[in-house]
This record gives sequence, structure tokens and C-alpha cells, in this order.
Amino acid sequence: MTRYFTADHEWIELDGAHATVGITDYAQEALGDITFVELPDAGRALAKGDSVAVVESVKAASDVYAPLAGTVTEVNGALEDEPELVNTSAELEGWLWRMDVAEGADLAALMDEAAYKAHIAGL
Amino acid sequence: MSETDLPETDILDGDDAPEVLSLPLEGWHVAKGARMVEFAGYRMPVQYEGIIAEHLWTRAHAGLFDVSHMGQLLVSAPESDVATAAAALEALLPADLAALGLGRQRYSLLLDEAGGILDDLMATRWREGFYLVVNGATKWDDIAHLREHLPDEITLTHLEEQALLALQGPEAVMALGALGLQPGFAGIVPVEELGFMQAAPYLWGEVALGISRSGYTGEDGFEISVPAGMAQALADALCAHPSVRPIGLGARDSLRLEAGLPLYGHDLDETTDPVSAGLAFAISKRRRAEGGFMGAARVQQALADGTETIRVGLALDGRQAAREGAAVLADGVAVGRVTSGGFAPSLGHPVAMAYVAAAHAAPGTVLSIEVRGRQLPARVVALPFVPNRYFRKTAQNGAK
Repeated sequence: MTRYFTADHEWIELDGAHATVGITDYAQEALGDITFVELPDAGRALAKGDSVAVVESVKAASDVYAPLAGTVTEVNGALEDEPELVNTSAELEGWLWRMDVAEGADLAALMDEAAYKAHIAGL
Repeated sequence: MSETDLPETDILDGDDAPEVLSLPLEGWHVAKGARMVEFAGYRMPVQYEGIIAEHLWTRAHAGLFDVSHMGQLLVSAPESDVATAAAALEALLPADLAALGLGRQRYSLLLDEAGGILDDLMATRWREGFYLVVNGATKWDDIAHLREHLPDEITLTHLEEQALLALQGPEAVMALGALGLQPGFAGIVPVEELGFMQAAPYLWGEVALGISRSGYTGEDGFEISVPAGMAQALADALCAHPSVRPIGLGARDSLRLEAGLPLYGHDLDETTDPVSAGLAFAISKRRRAEGGFMGAARVQQALADGTETIRVGLALDGRQAAREGAAVLADGVAVGRVTSGGFAPSLGHPVAMAYVAAAHAAPGTVLSIEVRGRQLPARVVALPFVPNRYFRKTAQNGAK
């Protein structure tokens, strides 16, 4: 399994053609207390860059974009009752959705962990 | 991901970026671990440990808020003739200032000729005249408006050397009492015995403080005007009390929302009038009858005839919030608009304030709010959402 990151602070973990997506710990820290997560319906087709989910904090609502094209297969139902999982475990239990990645999806724009760390260090 | 509501950016380093100013406690906030944002032209703390924790701490204990961005003004007449100052100010706002006793505070409004709200404010009668606290984002416009319309003999002093702290919550009185303040002049009650919307000068050692029992959270509490140079020492002294923690602007907003208190620039502006805003209580009986303030004709008409829209509270089920700008619908037809809203930490569900057509404003009315293409069920409820706990003196606890 390989984990990649986007400049918009999503993470995507690839396991063959399957992937799990969430927001990074840096992102949850910046958002503050998360009170609601709006998740997509399973089966939804995603183009890269589509707004797929919305993470609401006390102060703001933030879009979460598709890091790659594909199809939603599952969403994290635990977030319905415990949206704060995104705060406490953004990069593990606070995952947002799982997807099948489209064939030929473009990984080139994604960052590895070292590149993402350098990216947020420069913010 | 990207933030769509409140960009928490403080990157304003371009040549043409507006100047962001510092307040006396900026370094103190940073040292306390605050996340700083630009607000009303100043760098201010939006949160320390987290908005929900700070919000709940304030409701249970006491929170210290730095509100030094707000404008502190003194309106006075020659020889501190309060009657002259009252008459001059009464031309611009609808409070009965002539009848306001020494140390008494009123919520009031600066109105324009059309009865629109230029700002909301607190007016307190001091010995020297009237002390006004106005919103930070509007203070420069307020000062210009007051200077333009007040007679030349009236002096308007911007107390720029004063910081303003708010200590709010059920344990605020205990924490402030622990400072051992002395009355500023004879006949003033101990600070613990000030009633809601009363104010007086006190001495903290050698430091002169102007203290009112009021605030913006719905809780008992105080607002403390302190010389800027002593603000940090006072903040440290208050936070040394185990009941007190510093609280950021984020929780200030969620606390005032739960308390049903409107926020200027969101729930109030030049297009809203006091009656539709639910602020008719701020227009005193004598002023309703006599008029004689800017915008009086429109306000009197609204009082007599009612208004097309009314500011209401809306309670939402579930956890998804409705925010400023969202359309309010009745049976699919737009009947209003949300002016502020968000998750209410003390209630565990979202709430909103909205202006809705008068026919849909009764508590219990079921409406819906359109958020990102979805219609969230919402119910009109009486404001405040969370009961206020102001310290009102009654015969029982020893005052009038």
C-alpha cells in the first residue's frame, strides 16, 4: 500500500485499484473542532478534483476534493455520530470514503509523504 | 480541500495589502498558544485549545476575552454637563439617555435617516458624560458619523489608550472579586454587587478600571476597560485564577449565537431596522412617543404597523449547520435568509438566526433551510437558544 498526498491536504492510500481517502492531520488541526461530515453516496463516479465531501467545523465548511478519478465504493459511517474522529484520527479512523480508482488515473500530481511535509513546512 | 466560509488566512504581506494592526495583548495571546487571525483590521486570537472546549469552559467557569478592537468613546459636554451630552446623543440614537442614572448602561443603536442600523453599541452614563462601546469593524465610520452630527460644543474622545477585556461565565464574579478591587469613589458598591447593565470605576491597586456587568455570551460577567499598558498584567492576574481561561473569537461567536445576540455586519446592517431585528426593546418608551432621533419616522411606523420580515431563531435537527446566506423555505418557497448560524456546542445541534417573512415567524413554525442543494428541516424557536443567566438584582438579593 502506498500513501500519497495532495496540495489541498487530502491523503489517498492506494492498494492496487482500491483507495481510501481522508484529510491530513495538518488539515484537521487547521480546521479545528469538526462537527459534521457530509459524505458522498456509494456508487458516485468521481472526476479528479470533484468536490466529494464537506467537512464542517464550528466556524467553516470545507470541501474535500477527489485526488484521483474513480468510483465511490464505501463511506465511513462512523463519522455520522462521531465526526470528531476526523480530529482525533484524521489519517486512520477518520477516513472519509473508499473508491475504485479509474484505469490510467494520473498519479503524477500527487505527493509522497516527504514532498507533502515539505509542502506544509512552506505554508 | 478548501475553506469556503471563513478563510483563516493571515497572509497579507503584499504591497497593497491593508495594514493589519496590533492590539496590546497580541504577544500575550501568541504566548498562550492562540491561533491568530485578521479580524476588524487587527490580529486577534480565534482560538486557543479549541472552540468547543473554550465555549463549554465559559458556560461552566469563566472565560477571558480580549475585545480591545472595539471602539471606546466618551461623549461629553462642556463642564461635564450630562444633560447637554444626553440631548445631543439622543438626536442620533433611540435610548432614553436623559433618564439614564449614573452608572447605568443601555444597549442602543446608531440609526441612519432611513432607520437602518449603522451599528449597535453599549452606552453607559459616567460622571463625565456617556461612555460608548462600539463594534471594532465599524468604529471609524461611527466616529465620523458622530463627529458629523454632534454639535460642535460636544466633545467626542476616542479612548485609544484603553484596552477592553471581557470576563464571562458563572465563575467570573468570583475571579474578579479575588482581585480585591477598591471602589473608584465613595458610594460605589463592591464589584460583586453590581447589577446587570450597571457600571462603575474601580481601582486595582493604582490602576483605574471601568467595569460594567454585561457581555456578549448570555452569561453573567463583566467588561473591563483598562489602560493598554496594564492590560497584560490584568489578563495575567485574572488567568491566575483557576476558573479563568483565555477564550478566542471563535467561541465568542458561538456563545453569542446561542445567546440569541445579533452580530453587526451579519444579523444587523444598514438594510435592517430595529423592529424587524427584534430590537424594539432598545427604543425606550419616551423616545417611541417623542421621536426626535435619526430614523425615527421609519422606526415609529415599523412599531405601529409591524415589519415584513422578523429576525428569528431556527433550531436544526442532525449535525449539518446552516450558515449565513442560506435560503429559508416554507413549502419549497423562499421566505427568508440565514444571517448567522453554526453548531451550538452547549446544545449539541446547529442553530441559526434568520430574517423570515412575518407570517412564518411564530415559534413552532416548521421551515427548511437550503444547504448545498439539500433542504434541512428547521423549526422557529424563541431566542435565546440557551437561557441567559445575567445577574439581575431583585428584592431577594438585596437591591431594588
